[in-house]
Amino acid sequence: MDKPELKNFTKPESIKDYPVGPSFSGGHLVSVNSGWRTFKPVVALDTCTGCYRCYLVCPDGVIVKTEAGKVAVDYDFCKGCGVCAHECPFDAIEMVKEDLQK
Amino acid sequence: MMHNHKNESVFVSGDEAVALGVRLSRPHVISAYPITPQTIVVERLSEMVEDGSLVARYIHVESEHSAMSAAMGASSVGARAFTATSSQGLLYMAEGLHYASGGRMPIVMMNANRSLALPWSIFGDHRDSMSMLDSGWIQVYVEDAQEALDMTIQAYRIAEDSSVLTPLMINLDGFILTHTYELVEVPPQEEVDSYLPPFSTPNKMSLEDPKSMGFSTSPADNMEFKYQQHKAMMDSREVIKQADKEYAEIFGRSYNGLIDCYQCDNAEYILVTAGSVTGTARVAVDSMRSKGIKAGVLRIRFMRPFPEQEVRNTLAGAASYGVLDKDISFGYEGTMFTNVNSALSGTAHIPRGINFIGGLGGRDISVQDIEEMFEALRLCPAHDYTEYRKNRIRFVNMGVSIHE
Amino acid sequence: MNNKRITVKNMTDKEYFFGHKACAGCGGSLAVRLALKVFGDRTFAALPAGCMSAVGFIYPQMAFLNNAIISTFPGTGSMLSGMRAGLDALGIKDTHVVGFAGDGGTADIGLQALSGAIDREEKIIYICYDNEAYMNTGVQKSSLTPYGARTTTSPAGENLPGSVMHKKNLFEIVAAHDIAYAATASVGYPQDYLNKLSKAALVEGTSYIHIYATCPTGWGTPTETSVSLAKEAVDSGLWYLAEYENGEFTLNRRPKEFFPVKEHLLKQGRFKHLKDSDIRIIEEARDKKWKRMLEHWK
Ligand SMILES: Cc1ncc(C[n+]2csc(CCOP(=O)(O)OP(=O)(O)O)c2C)c(N)n1
Ligand code: SF4
Ligand code: SF4
Ligand code: SF4
Ligand SMILES: [Mg+2]
Repeated sequence: MDKPELKNFTKPESIKDYPVGPSFSGGHLVSVNSGWRTFKPVVALDTCTGCYRCYLVCPDGVIVKTEAGKVAVDYDFCKGCGVCAHECPFDAIEMVKEDLQK
Repeated sequence: MMHNHKNESVFVSGDEAVALGVRLSRPHVISAYPITPQTIVVERLSEMVEDGSLVARYIHVESEHSAMSAAMGASSVGARAFTATSSQGLLYMAEGLHYASGGRMPIVMMNANRSLALPWSIFGDHRDSMSMLDSGWIQVYVEDAQEALDMTIQAYRIAEDSSVLTPLMINLDGFILTHTYELVEVPPQEEVDSYLPPFSTPNKMSLEDPKSMGFSTSPADNMEFKYQQHKAMMDSREVIKQADKEYAEIFGRSYNGLIDCYQCDNAEYILVTAGSVTGTARVAVDSMRSKGIKAGVLRIRFMRPFPEQEVRNTLAGAASYGVLDKDISFGYEGTMFTNVNSALSGTAHIPRGINFIGGLGGRDISVQDIEEMFEALRLCPAHDYTEYRKNRIRFVNMGVSIHE
Repeated sequence: MNNKRITVKNMTDKEYFFGHKACAGCGGSLAVRLALKVFGDRTFAALPAGCMSAVGFIYPQMAFLNNAIISTFPGTGSMLSGMRAGLDALGIKDTHVVGFAGDGGTADIGLQALSGAIDREEKIIYICYDNEAYMNTGVQKSSLTPYGARTTTSPAGENLPGSVMHKKNLFEIVAAHDIAYAATASVGYPQDYLNKLSKAALVEGTSYIHIYATCPTGWGTPTETSVSLAKEAVDSGLWYLAEYENGEFTLNRRPKEFFPVKEHLLKQGRFKHLKDSDIRIIEEARDKKWKRMLEHWK
């Protein structure tokens, strides 16, 4: 996976530790998006052909190509929009209701 | 005329002096849109780029908003940028003014002070720049073409200082300065190079360390950035003085930092001015002094950061002071007057002040007008308070009677 | 920067627009994501006020991996010009200077700056993600809002069918500058978009891509249909895939038969109120446009 990692961020205690003007390191992630989901995409690896249509059309770029030539989902950042499942030509992705208890 | 050799003296207008100062400062990018009386600056700069004496990109933008926007684009990648405008153009880039200062982009801009429509007028007053006083730009008002050139070079030194990183606006009175020819000394390039280091800032995009710039904040963080802006502006006061001092050491010309006083020691009546009218005021001071009246003139060079302490120290001992504003905040008073009064507040003895509103839309201000101001300053301490307050704001040199 | 055709198989695994806070299923964010995967590390981007800047730069969460800046709302084109001039003056080579602006930021308030930038023939790439309204401020009508669309400032009611104006013909306005390269695209045809991005990356002068970008939040559409709906818009003839190069227009896709407009529109909350008479107006406008395109374009 080639994307920025989640960082621990605490609000600076001193004004000196603030950036000079609104300028900051790119790719600086401090929060995930998983809480946005009510459904999550689950890939059926036996049905998946590795066509990567889902990878192409995911607006959030959270689908990863695996070494086995299939795909996996980065659930930290998947918003559960369902585009991947809707677009998969082989119906290999199912949108499964999140267990809200968890 | 525009080619400078070592220690050359040239006979140029204020606009041309700025152009020479810009060339000596080696900007990477110039983006500007024409407006009278700024046009000569951009025409000369275009010629310098054409003839190769200035190696810079000249962007022919389609508006002043774009002029500022392009300057910010250049600054965001670490390039030194220059622009120039006036009046309606300054207002048209208003969004960009706040944006550049908030973005801590040390852009330098020349503003040819000109009246604001309506009614239309191409002639000078300070209503354009004064209306942008809160935009977070350092504002300097120069008195002649030499100072215009010198301040252009100093402007980059001040704006780009790591403790400042704030854009700077150099104000020249439209026509009176922009179009009047004077003998101006042009410093040699090598010496300017030793005075003004190449632009470097932490606040720029880079391939090694990609940046997200101009971001948004929640209420939990916004004030911190605004505080930093304020602190940088306050800290710039020392930087301005240091820049002036070092400039004097190398080039032999000093402008005394934030204010410039004439005959203010022991003066009883002090007139506060900005820009080119100061020359006239000095003549009036000499004439008053020859009559035994202790007059003086305090020229405000920097409106932001405001020379609060200098103004207070200078005016505190006076019997009365006047502030000559080429500006008015309708419904109150001149902006300089408000600022001067605020600097004096809380001092043990506050002299009486009178606000002279003059020069709007290019109206003349003569030596005699200023002598009359000093006369008024002499009389005002004796007036009873109600009388004084009634006549605190006075329009100078009205063409008609305003007593209806 | 390479010449080969970029596809989903060979595109970089690197994600440059990641962890952003766009709504689930946002077509605009897909447009930005794919573009940056084509342009790569040496990209300097400017985004005006609008959804994509609002969701990508929320201190301290910064979603762009490459250099990026929020421009003023009207000033994308001019800020790009300044960035290009600055990079060139500093000798920073092999870079892409790219703008991503919404329909409002492009066709309305940013048109002057865009026109200036194209006129100067600078090497910049301008991408308009067209979600057909001012989304970031709560779905107000822009000049790219289509006829009959309900927005918060073009409400549909007894007297009006939503927007009574048709989309401004921005693609041809841009082309009229005799720009080096311009194209229309749709997030419903991602490979076509990738092809056009790759082309834009190689163009020496200015290039412009106008991509139709679904907005489930503003359009009242299910999040999962963001790609299929954008494809359908092309198939129904309400949007089109075209290019402008060397003074000539080319149609990249000529549907033999249009997907039914009514069926397409009624899937969207913003068009739910349309009467058959309104749909006829929309079809007539479409047919007029297609007649012209088929006659004059390659
Ligand atoms: C000068 C100015 N006017 C108005 C705004 C308010 N504004 C911010 S974003 C926006 C809507 C942007 O619409 P669009 O360009 O279509 O992008 P979208 O939000 O749809 O992605 C508006 C009106 C502004 N930021 N600046
Ligand atoms: S679209 Fe379906 S088949 Fe293709 S890679 Fe994704 S899950 Fe596998
Ligand atoms: S549900 Fe949406 S965000 Fe999640 S992987 Fe699928 S397309 Fe991407
Ligand atoms: S409102 Fe529309 S364009 Fe904006 S982030 Fe949400 S889906 Fe995307
Ligand atoms: Mg929009």
